[in-house]
Amino acid sequence: MSEGINGIVTCAYLGAAVLFILALGGLSNQEKARRGNLFGMIGISVAIIATILSHVTANHWVLAVGLAIGATAGLLLALRVQMTQMPELVAILHSLVGMAAMLVGFANYFDPKTLEHYVGAALMVHDIETYLGILIGAVTFTGSVIAFGKLSARITGKPMLLPGRHFINLLLLVVSIWAGIVFVMQHDPRTSPDAIAMVGGNLLPTINGLPAGTLALLVMTVAALLFGVHMVMAIGGADMPVVVSMLNSYSGWAAAATGFMLDNDLLIVTGALVGSSGAILSYIMCRAMNRKFLAVLAGGFGTAGGATAAKSAQAQGEISEIKAQEVAELLKEARSVMVVPGYGMAVAHAQHMIARITAELRGKGKTVRFAIHPVAGRMPGHMNVLLAEADVPYDIVFEMDEVNEDFPNVDVTIVCGANDIVNPSALEDPASPIAGMPVVECWKGKVAIVMKRSMATGYAGVDNPLFYKENTRMFFGDAKKSLEEVCKLLE
Amino acid sequence: MKKIGVPKETHIGERRVALSPDAVEQFKKLGYSLAIESGAGTEASFANEKYVAAGVEVLPDAKALWSSCDIVMKVRPPVPAEVDLMKEGQILISFIWPAQNKELMDRLAAKKVTVMAMDSVPRISRAQKCDALSSMANVGGYRAVVEAAEHFGRFFTGQITAAGKIPPCKVLIIGAGVAGLAAIGAAKGMGAIVRAFDTRPEVREQVQSMGAEFLEVTIKEDGTGVGGYAKQMSKEFIDAEMALFRKQAEEVDIIITTALIPGKPAPKLILADMVEKLRAGSVVVDMASEQGGNCELTEPGKVVVRHGVTIIGYTDLPSRLATQSSNLYSTNLRHLLTDLTPEKNGTPNVNMEDEVIRGATVIKDGQITWPPPAPKLSAAKPKPAGAAAAPAKSARPAGHDAPSKTASLRTLVVMMLFAAVALAGIGWVAPPAFLMHFTVFVLAIFVGYMVVWNVTPALHTPLMSVTNAISSIIIIGALVQLSTPTPIVWILAAIATSITFVNTTGGFAVTQRMLKMFRK
Repeated sequence: MSEGINGIVTCAYLGAAVLFILALGGLSNQEKARRGNLFGMIGISVAIIATILSHVTANHWVLAVGLAIGATAGLLLALRVQMTQMPELVAILHSLVGMAAMLVGFANYFDPKTLEHYVGAALMVHDIETYLGILIGAVTFTGSVIAFGKLSARITGKPMLLPGRHFINLLLLVVSIWAGIVFVMQHDPRTSPDAIAMVGGNLLPTINGLPAGTLALLVMTVAALLFGVHMVMAIGGADMPVVVSMLNSYSGWAAAATGFMLDNDLLIVTGALVGSSGAILSYIMCRAMNRKFLAVLAGGFGTAGGATAAKSAQAQGEISEIKAQEVAELLKEARSVMVVPGYGMAVAHAQHMIARITAELRGKGKTVRFAIHPVAGRMPGHMNVLLAEADVPYDIVFEMDEVNEDFPNVDVTIVCGANDIVNPSALEDPASPIAGMPVVECWKGKVAIVMKRSMATGYAGVDNPLFYKENTRMFFGDAKKSLEEVCKLLE
Repeated sequence: MKKIGVPKETHIGERRVALSPDAVEQFKKLGYSLAIESGAGTEASFANEKYVAAGVEVLPDAKALWSSCDIVMKVRPPVPAEVDLMKEGQILISFIWPAQNKELMDRLAAKKVTVMAMDSVPRISRAQKCDALSSMANVGGYRAVVEAAEHFGRFFTGQITAAGKIPPCKVLIIGAGVAGLAAIGAAKGMGAIVRAFDTRPEVREQVQSMGAEFLEVTIKEDGTGVGGYAKQMSKEFIDAEMALFRKQAEEVDIIITTALIPGKPAPKLILADMVEKLRAGSVVVDMASEQGGNCELTEPGKVVVRHGVTIIGYTDLPSRLATQSSNLYSTNLRHLLTDLTPEKNGTPNVNMEDEVIRGATVIKDGQITWPPPAPKLSAAKPKPAGAAAAPAKSARPAGHDAPSKTASLRTLVVMMLFAAVALAGIGWVAPPAFLMHFTVFVLAIFVGYMVVWNVTPALHTPLMSVTNAISSIIIIGALVQLSTPTPIVWILAAIATSITFVNTTGGFAVTQRMLKMFRK
């Protein structure tokens, strides 16, 4: 490949990197977002075309078939997916990035030309990069697959807590570090086979002539895959927004590590962008739940502690139930209505019915607003997407902090399928497992109508004193059907 | 199926009726048939025809009604002539005021009837829907402002007109219970400047939420009594309160008083000298006049002018808004009947185990059951917790602020030192090619950090899907290895190409699909 072509490819990559930054920057508001997405598409097309033209010299039919399969699967997924299933889709896409990072790492390792490029310290650095790329990729892969399973309810949302789970994690870490040392030392010209034997490299038998390095890599991969499974299995359903954003971050770091391995700045830049984006989202989610990131990773939220809390809660009392007829009456009388959606709305697919009622009420000249808690749903921004899908204008959809102080002026609040995010004990009861978590203070409005299927607790397993407040009315039943009834009465 | 009857009110000037045509349907759903004395609703603008249309039987006179119905619903306590018409086993639901009407109670008990007093419904959360005292107080509060407006010679709202400037009217409301809050709302709605005073500090928020100013005395004393009422205050507090009212009397144009202490005559809050301090043309509405009045110069039931100030002592304010109060009262009755008829079979079940029914029932089959045992504490009273939480919350940032600043500074210095050492270490050992990539990497993290904090939270899901799509850039790693002759390498690369391309196309397509949905 000539110098000139190389330069053009590098500039194409630079262009792509700039376009990616613009794509993320576009998301600062709804109007610019679509153009930003277009920039992203152009960026990735430029990068792929430049790479194909410059690097792909053989196996063209493999490329064509591979791309065709990928494109078909991708488009089918994208067009078929329901908006309520977005968290699952995002999780499974993360797993693909993790898997790709693994495969690219292995391919690079097995490529005999690689060793020709690197000598001495450079080779060692390269080995570490390969090793880390595969490690992060493997954790991302299985972690995302498990997250997908949990989000799509194929695996129980309850945290799985093995006895001695922290010990298991530690063991996996030690194995990974040990395998890493063996792996790096194999190429160090200063290390003789004796030295490898010293760190225990000869514990790995050489089968069929596979060098110790290959086996070390495989051992680590298995350990990392297990770690990914174990880590996400231990995390409860309510912490899923954090997990999804964390895996988002990991997939970025995997790409960045691969970039280092391949000496490719575009991969490094993109990986860093994605990695920091996911990390920021994880941070925002943790803050919204008043939880420490490490505490989320340690897992186990919403099990034993919640059950006892429910018993000891002082929140026992009388609830007042309400029927569709009275809900419609209340809404007809109200001037200002606030809707607080939660994961239950997504489960019941009630967003369209809410949108119809919103349109109906707005047609009658009432103010209708939506209050979105940062962790409502199973991924960041989940509720916004659902409401947008149902044609709720985004300028009446507010963040919790924007409207929380306004509740005294709200006549009727409809809480649809939300529980922990409207729990007053987060503010009032220092002993509560969710104490200190910011919540939507809907009880400060005149009347709060809480839609629920039953009196069960939310994911955090904490009883909710909101239900027993004087100005709370419980509206039991399937959210979609109940709202349909209300909608008919309003029309 | 039992029959509910509603007679015409006999008290002179009483315009309310215990059943509005709108509520009939709901009563029927409980399985009852209904009858009404001819003309009972006329004063509340409900003509006989309206009742007939709703399916109510119209009986010619009180005698026919009392003799043919199993349940009689009224507003005012029955007069002796009405009690004489009652028959054994009948149920009477109306206001009774058993504490003040000992003689009436005995007379009713002798008739071996069951009596439920709307004034004795316990004031707990569950019974709010049956709480006729609250709904009547609400109407009364509104009407008090309307009466004041009638006797007040000026606008409520301030205006600047070609004919001169009109100052806004200032209204002082004493006692911010249901009636007081309703009066605040009505006066505020007409454009007045409204101030309110109450001995219970917890109503401050309610007063302020209605847009009125909450007046306070400097002495701290909590006037919260049982059942949502106020208790009697100490001498010092009352003196301070009087000084406040005296000062306010020089400023305000209208005073509406609603102060009541259960079982006691109304406290005298507006003394004769304060009335003298009011400007001529001012108005005092004394909503406590039936219990003796909050103003010294009030004459119950009458409007009098003293020192140029109109003092309104009407005792029938809710009745002066008969249509509204009849509607509300019959809804209260309907809710009580719903509790009384859990099976919706048209047969009342006076279940003395039910807290609400127990409280309301003052005579059961001729046995006087009033007063009821002390009510259980209402569920929604975790006030100490809330009150304790509030100061704790505000104290936390103040207490933590100073030490956390130095602590964060120290952390920052430590982190910078650590970063410097780490960077120096990397620079010492790493090859130059790596350092170039590392520079790009760190700068890209910072660019990502800046850009992503600007993303609006509403677009966090599209952000995740678009970052997902661009992280499929890893396809480049697969593409560069695709043409390697070694089979295991290109096979792995081919698989990687294929699966990352799922992300590329799927990620961007789904992001585009989502973003299209966001509309103004």
